[in-house]
Amino acid sequence: MTIYIPTPLRPFAMGKDAVEVTATTVAGALDALTQEHPDLRKHLFTSEGKVRAFVNLYLNDEDVRYLPAKEETAISPNDTLSIIPSIAGGGPGLGMKATSCLPRAHRERQHTISGWRMER
Amino acid sequence: MSVLRLSKAVYDAIRAHGEETYPHECCGALLGRSAAEGWSINSSVKAGNARTDSAHNRYQISPGELVRIEREARKQGLSIGGFYHSHPDHPAQWSPTDLAEAHWLGCSYVITAVAQGKAVLTNSFLLAGETEENKRFELESIVVSE
Repeated sequence: MTIYIPTPLRPFAMGKDAVEVTATTVAGALDALTQEHPDLRKHLFTSEGKVRAFVNLYLNDEDVRYLPAKEETAISPNDTLSIIPSIAGGGPGLGMKATSCLPRAHRERQHTISGWRMER
Repeated sequence: MSVLRLSKAVYDAIRAHGEETYPHECCGALLGRSAAEGWSINSSVKAGNARTDSAHNRYQISPGELVRIEREARKQGLSIGGFYHSHPDHPAQWSPTDLAEAHWLGCSYVITAVAQGKAVLTNSFLLAGETEENKRFELESIVVSE
């Protein structure tokens, strides 16, 4: 099967955006991937060996965590597995003072520049 | 300091998106190529804000939509180089929530402050570091080209 590697993990997979592995389950595919690229392991798994909470796994178009057999789901050679770290965030919560999280020097700089420059 | 390069069309589009969704946060992805100094962005992709429970101060792109966005990027020979979102009536600075929820190391996180419905300052922050434990946001330059 083909495992698609997201941008932030490519440096730990020799720059590859996709890796071909041979396995019979999703868990087996991840095992094969991390055997070939051991540096990926700490980014994908907790120290207890569980997939990190912010790492989403999609078998074709299905979220693996909602499949009945989850990571033990059987796979076929034509399947694809996408690794997608979550993306979320947001501004200060209600009642929080809208202060900057930048160091003071940066905050002051932000007030004196337009934030970008134009190139022609 | 790293540099985020994008066209004026992309720059205007992400700021306009923040105005469209005000008083809620907008969000989307930036597709481009990695260069020595930072990301060079070719296009932006609007995403829905999955945090409908608290859209005024939170955003989330559903993983299913992210998979579709990355698939499309790959077809174009591009990569997801970053994300953008807005801070309605709050500064264009990263928040503790932004850092805690940021996992795309080496990518750019663009934040536009939208004050009373009008986009004001736009900043970009590189998510630097090698692991979850030492990740940090670093302010980067935004260079806009015609």
